[in-house]
Amino acid sequence: MTQVAEKLQPWIAAVEQRPQGAPRWLQDLRDKAASRFAALGFPTVRDEDWRFTNVAPIASTDFQPAPDAPVALSDLDVLPYSSAPFRLTIVNGRFSAELSRLHNLPKGVRAGSLAAAATGHGDVVPRYYGQLAEFHSHSFVALNTALASDGAYLYIPDGAVIETPIEILFLAAGDPSAVTMAQARTLIVAGDRSQVRIVETYASLRNGTYFTNAVTEVFAGEGAVIDHYKVQQEGLEAFHVATMQVNAQRSATVSSHSFSLGGLIVRNDVNAVLDGEGAEVTLNGLYLADGDRLVDNHTAIDHTKPHCPSHEVYKGIVGGRARAVFNGKIIVRQDAQKTDAKQTNRALILSDNASINTKPQLEIFADDVKCTHGATIGQLDEEAIFYLRARGLTHFEARDMLIHAFAGEVIDRVKIDDLRQGLEAELYAQLAKDLAEIDAA
Amino acid sequence: MLHIKNLQVKADDTLILKGIDLHVKAGEVHAIMGPNGSGKSTLARALSGHPEYEVTGGEVLFDGKDLLDMDPDTRAREGLFMAFQYPVEIAGVNNAYFLKAAVNARRKHLGQPELDAMEFMQLIQEKSSLLEIDQSMLQRAVNEGFSGGEKKRNEIFQMALLEPKLAVLDETDSGLDIDALKIVSNGVNAMRSPDRAFIVVTHYQRLLDYIVPDYVHVLSGGRIVKSGGKELAMELEEKGYGWIETGAQPVGA
Repeated sequence: MTQVAEKLQPWIAAVEQRPQGAPRWLQDLRDKAASRFAALGFPTVRDEDWRFTNVAPIASTDFQPAPDAPVALSDLDVLPYSSAPFRLTIVNGRFSAELSRLHNLPKGVRAGSLAAAATGHGDVVPRYYGQLAEFHSHSFVALNTALASDGAYLYIPDGAVIETPIEILFLAAGDPSAVTMAQARTLIVAGDRSQVRIVETYASLRNGTYFTNAVTEVFAGEGAVIDHYKVQQEGLEAFHVATMQVNAQRSATVSSHSFSLGGLIVRNDVNAVLDGEGAEVTLNGLYLADGDRLVDNHTAIDHTKPHCPSHEVYKGIVGGRARAVFNGKIIVRQDAQKTDAKQTNRALILSDNASINTKPQLEIFADDVKCTHGATIGQLDEEAIFYLRARGLTHFEARDMLIHAFAGEVIDRVKIDDLRQGLEAELYAQLAKDLAEIDAA
Repeated sequence: MLHIKNLQVKADDTLILKGIDLHVKAGEVHAIMGPNGSGKSTLARALSGHPEYEVTGGEVLFDGKDLLDMDPDTRAREGLFMAFQYPVEIAGVNNAYFLKAAVNARRKHLGQPELDAMEFMQLIQEKSSLLEIDQSMLQRAVNEGFSGGEKKRNEIFQMALLEPKLAVLDETDSGLDIDALKIVSNGVNAMRSPDRAFIVVTHYQRLLDYIVPDYVHVLSGGRIVKSGGKELAMELEEKGYGWIETGAQPVGA
């Protein structure tokens, strides 16, 4: 038996213990995902999509399913978006009604436990659950699909406009010495012409080693408008692997902003399929990689129909001995004429020991399209620092001003004031620590 | 106000300034002229404390204090202003926000209360019409996408806001058409006062038609080779730099 197979053995045992008792269609899905996971195993650095991210530290750790853990409502006050008016809370992968705030949601909106919805909303959930996020070739998606027992479900009926943001909060909680994992699963279905603003937060009330394996499926019906934010603030020794799969129907507008601030090894896959004429997708991201962390963002925008614009701005701040990876794929299918795709990614390197691998990847099969991409990686502009100092700002003030300007391009686009301020406070507090370390060295 | 004694400056391991002596009193305007590569801009940048210029000898006193011992930002807060030959574009930093930070850094240093947003807007309105600075220039990122003329106007606008004791204008006229040159010159002339001094670095006499200097110094080969009144600039315009350069070897920029 090879070493890889040996490592996989406890995982295969884990998926054998997958949850039971769900409706037939879901149980079938879990079974298929389980056998797919067993066949795939974990990706290695020989897989092109995982070249720079070695998941052996995850594969070789014996994680136990995270048990229930007591969480008080007041524990949530420290989170970056503590003022969320509506909140759907999932602790260690399971929905918690006590920690959620879902009263007075508009009529027809469903928000709550995904396990409950699998039976309770049985005419809708099976049409999307496991149908968007493909597990045939993605082992982490397969693992999640096999093992997720619950999760978050949000359904916005046709024509409903929800002006108040809804937060979906995934919490890791419990004994910091317990090495546990949780499958975080989300299904968001926005009906035709509906409108909703969603904040998907991953936060931690525990230290130590744990693993969050997240899959989020988002379906945007015709003309739907979804404004989505992902805030990843896992513990600093945590592993976070996440796939978000977006399907945008005709004339739907989906924007998703990813803020990645925590975690030891972080891998975010964001895939969007422009599945109807005139659909529009914006994927923006800001990540901070410092200390010994690895932050890997993979995005894929798949233009399958004509007249679809897509916009993408990813920015990273990389310091310490951290490594960052950005891979931005844009596919333009043969039918997707008049595509207008624009991708920018920029990274700011704060220390000599930090590194980044970045790759734009365009696959274009149509002939009447506009695709642009640009990547810049660099340190703070010394001439700009001098210019600011020549106007009386100290070296530190000048540097802070430039870093804030760099991050601001993404943070300023957050349309929820409280969330933006919470993110700024969190990011700049972390950066202040990193910069103090650099200055002390 | 400014005493430069035997200043020697290296850039890229090459000695550019080989011993400059210059004495500037409050209220005076000194023009530094000279051919390309004579060291004019090196003098301006060394005074501002640019890290790429290494002072290897000499002394500079600014109001009796050792200027060379100060960080670039301390020099600025003490009242030295340099108008850059090539103002730097700073993406993402709002011009008005930057200007307010600069004004308040100087005010704090002087022990004056910092301006709040309202007071700052009043100051902006007071100073902006002279240099034809419009709202859009204030709301854009610092110098980003500015035309050459807009960049230079923005420099002089900063000078007007910061009210320095000594302003060094490094080839502020380069790349300006005659209209922009007039606006910039008007801005400078409006700032002339008995307690403020100017060092105007320029290649051409044209700027000095508008900003009339008290003294003109000709720099060549890293030394001041001739000093005189404003007539000297006229003479240079007529005869070129050739007659003055004899005996002095030009050095790299």
